[in-house]
Amino acid sequence: MKSDIELIDSNGKRLDGRGPEDLRPIKIEAGVLHRADGSCYLEWGGNKVLVAVYGPREAIPRHSQNPLRAIVNAKYNMAAFSVEDRKRPGPDRRSREISKVISEALEKVILTEQFPRAAIDVNIEVLDAEAGTRCAGLTAAGVALADAGIPMTDIPVSCAAGKIDGHVVADLGKEEDNFGDADLPVAISPRTDEVILLQMDGHLTLDEFNKAFDLAVNGCHVVSEIQKKAILDKYQSASEAE
Amino acid sequence: MQKEKRKIVIPSQVLGDIKSKSAGRGTFVENGKIYSGILGVLNENERYINIVPLKGRYDPTVGDFIIGVVEEALGSGWLVDINASSPALLHQNEVPWRVDFGDTERYLNHGDCIMAKILSVDESKKLQITLNERSLYKIKGGHIIDVEPSRVPRIIGKKGSMLSLIKKYIRCRIFVGQNGRIWVDGDTESIEKVLQTIYKIEDESTTFGLTNRIEEMLKKDAKDVR
Repeated sequence: MKSDIELIDSNGKRLDGRGPEDLRPIKIEAGVLHRADGSCYLEWGGNKVLVAVYGPREAIPRHSQNPLRAIVNAKYNMAAFSVEDRKRPGPDRRSREISKVISEALEKVILTEQFPRAAIDVNIEVLDAEAGTRCAGLTAAGVALADAGIPMTDIPVSCAAGKIDGHVVADLGKEEDNFGDADLPVAISPRTDEVILLQMDGHLTLDEFNKAFDLAVNGCHVVSEIQKKAILDKYQSASEAE
Repeated sequence: MQKEKRKIVIPSQVLGDIKSKSAGRGTFVENGKIYSGILGVLNENERYINIVPLKGRYDPTVGDFIIGVVEEALGSGWLVDINASSPALLHQNEVPWRVDFGDTERYLNHGDCIMAKILSVDESKKLQITLNERSLYKIKGGHIIDVEPSRVPRIIGKKGSMLSLIKKYIRCRIFVGQNGRIWVDGDTESIEKVLQTIYKIEDESTTFGLTNRIEEMLKKDAKDVR
């Protein structure tokens, strides 16, 4: 898609004043819901995401149970008011795809063998969308899972990179996503740098891909620190209140 | 008062080496290193690194006394929710009544609460519970609340010190299930008081000198001390 907007100026500054490697501001809060076993509220630029985790509990319907491990049911949903021009509510092709890839990414880090025949439900609710909601959702899901006390090998984290006006940049914003050339969401397990989710929309050469991938992984590590701080803040303050 | 800091750990945090210590509960080992697998409080001794979870489901252990809620009456037993990752089976041979096949609903039905004991946990986490013990029975009346299972030891206290404290100042009956369910019986006022106390203990369970503070609080509005 071509447009008249100049997404990146001659000084390398982007529309919102960021440099090519800068992320949008991120705010994470753990344990915001009382009825859920674990929860997280995340703001990433203009994205607002709320995640609730339930379980491990008995998987229903029973034929979906796995006798050897727990199943992970992530459900990604966009609120009708999350985008301009109301989104028709309910699951669609896009949200089903995102739910599936996030479920599979989470399964890689959760120690599912400890809960045979159980299900872990992860509800990802996008309240406000501004490009990169799957990354925001997966990042928030990682914090909510830790908050639910679910055993896992790592706290998954996600960040995107992409190409705008021929420049490879990290964490695309709304206009950059709409009028850019490519978007590359990446999720990793930050302890081992294992890739647990990788998708691409648009075209990149091999060199550009490698560069974008490195940018996204670096972004993941930055976000990972914010995630860990959010969890520690919540529980450290609780244990020191005296 | 001794004030060593309780260290909070989160998944993926490096805790040590398998050469010097053994990996205990809540941890996992990869490439010779011990990592935290769960959000919890670090509990380290000379030989083991353990993590006491802060949150999460009840992890059943054989011999634990628990409070369960009947989910479903089957042909030859019941399925009971015990706040674990899967429901537990209560077989008709494990109850103090003689139950004819298909007549299970006459004795226990959906929604009934029981005090039970974990009979067995197999490698695929299939659970069996029993009512065949003198102290175990179906609960009639009273109040049941849920707390975090990891807080149960704190609510009971060292050798039941916290529980006997509550019983000393408030006239009530209490049973604390290891699965984080607590049954309280008494008059409305004392139930309310007990619940408040328990919630306070749960909130402040990671702080030091809790027993003394709870005793002061109870002393203040105690009517008849036994």
